[in-house]
Amino acid sequence: MDLSKLQSREAVGRAVDLLRKVDPGEELRFLHVCGTHENTITRYGLRSIVPRNIGVVAGPGCPVCVTSTSAIDQAIEIAQNHARMYTYGDMFTVPGGSGSLKDARAGGARVKVVYSASDAVRLAEASVEESTFFSIGFETTVPATASVVLSGVPDNMSFITSHRLIPPALLALLRSGRIEIDGLICPGHVSTIIGTEPYRFLVEDFGIPVAVSGFEPLDVIVSLIDLVKQHVDRDPRVYNEYTRAVRPEGNRVAMDMVERVFEVCDEEWRGIGTLPSSGLRLREEFSDLDAVERYGIGERASKGMPAGCRCSEVLLGSSQPTDCPHFGSGCTPDRPIGPCMVSSEGTCRIWFQYGGRRDY
Amino acid sequence: MDFGGAKRRVDVSLLPDCEVGNYIIVHAGFAIEVLEEKDALVTLDIFKQIEAALE
Repeated sequence: MDLSKLQSREAVGRAVDLLRKVDPGEELRFLHVCGTHENTITRYGLRSIVPRNIGVVAGPGCPVCVTSTSAIDQAIEIAQNHARMYTYGDMFTVPGGSGSLKDARAGGARVKVVYSASDAVRLAEASVEESTFFSIGFETTVPATASVVLSGVPDNMSFITSHRLIPPALLALLRSGRIEIDGLICPGHVSTIIGTEPYRFLVEDFGIPVAVSGFEPLDVIVSLIDLVKQHVDRDPRVYNEYTRAVRPEGNRVAMDMVERVFEVCDEEWRGIGTLPSSGLRLREEFSDLDAVERYGIGERASKGMPAGCRCSEVLLGSSQPTDCPHFGSGCTPDRPIGPCMVSSEGTCRIWFQYGGRRDY
Repeated sequence: MDFGGAKRRVDVSLLPDCEVGNYIIVHAGFAIEVLEEKDALVTLDIFKQIEAALE
């Protein structure tokens, strides 16, 4: 499939010209909540080519950045004392209350990075060791874990699940006034799973324009054009720009599996706090798969961000990475202080890699 | 699954209707949606429509 037309300089240039034509000239602030959107925006320098009054801000779109330190610390204890821990590459390197799973492995704990939940199951099946999968992520990643649970896993396998949901988090943050925005760029692949309906409250209850966007540069600019037009016309709605991958109803097979395995709970977002109904936990009938129960792991103190780190503000879009005194000096991908510099979906990491400052 | 040359095993349990030859979106080792090229070009159409409406 050739998506090069969606990346071409000529098409993006014409789209930016259109954006200038619809631009009312007032200060506008659009939030996105996806590390992959931040990657596209920063890598292609989109902030430097859109009108200066149109701000595009990154919100809490990096799943490992908002995973609580208590979950990471529980995973480390299990890897040190009870089972081999399987997890995604990004989760491996994020520090919890004291150190990361990577640090724990260097100290002898059994930790293995896997590409998918199915790979973890295959490795557990081929092993006699106790095996735990540390399952994290937003709506896009949850169905993978639900699928392997429903397919049946070997007796030696268990799970730590630490999942978070985007729409309830947006609701809580808007209600509390912690984010103030003129429009929202919704995450493409979260929306592939949940569809476009869960964003309707943004339009109906808050009057906020919404665009579900793909990840090519043209996708982002066309979404911005639509958001500006919705704002100017005072006609907020849920616009689906990413029709090639997002159906209005989402992926029903995936959503049904999630519903059968998980139930909604309140969840802590690291650096932000506990947000109502923004997480998922295993249903009672699957509690025998819960590693924390199986190995009798106690509650862990929840720590926010490391001292002096601005990740909390970066996650809410109230600071830019370059506002942080540690950015690029004390805090780099090789020696990160906060989680936003660790993950490939973290705003600080992406800005460090590609240079995030506007190039006037 | 052929990722532009690299072969990787992908779980299709979330996408029971996908077929050999489809373009699919893969997230964390699971196929989550079939991509249609004609839908990809809709973005270009929309953009032309906006352009036409403004001229």
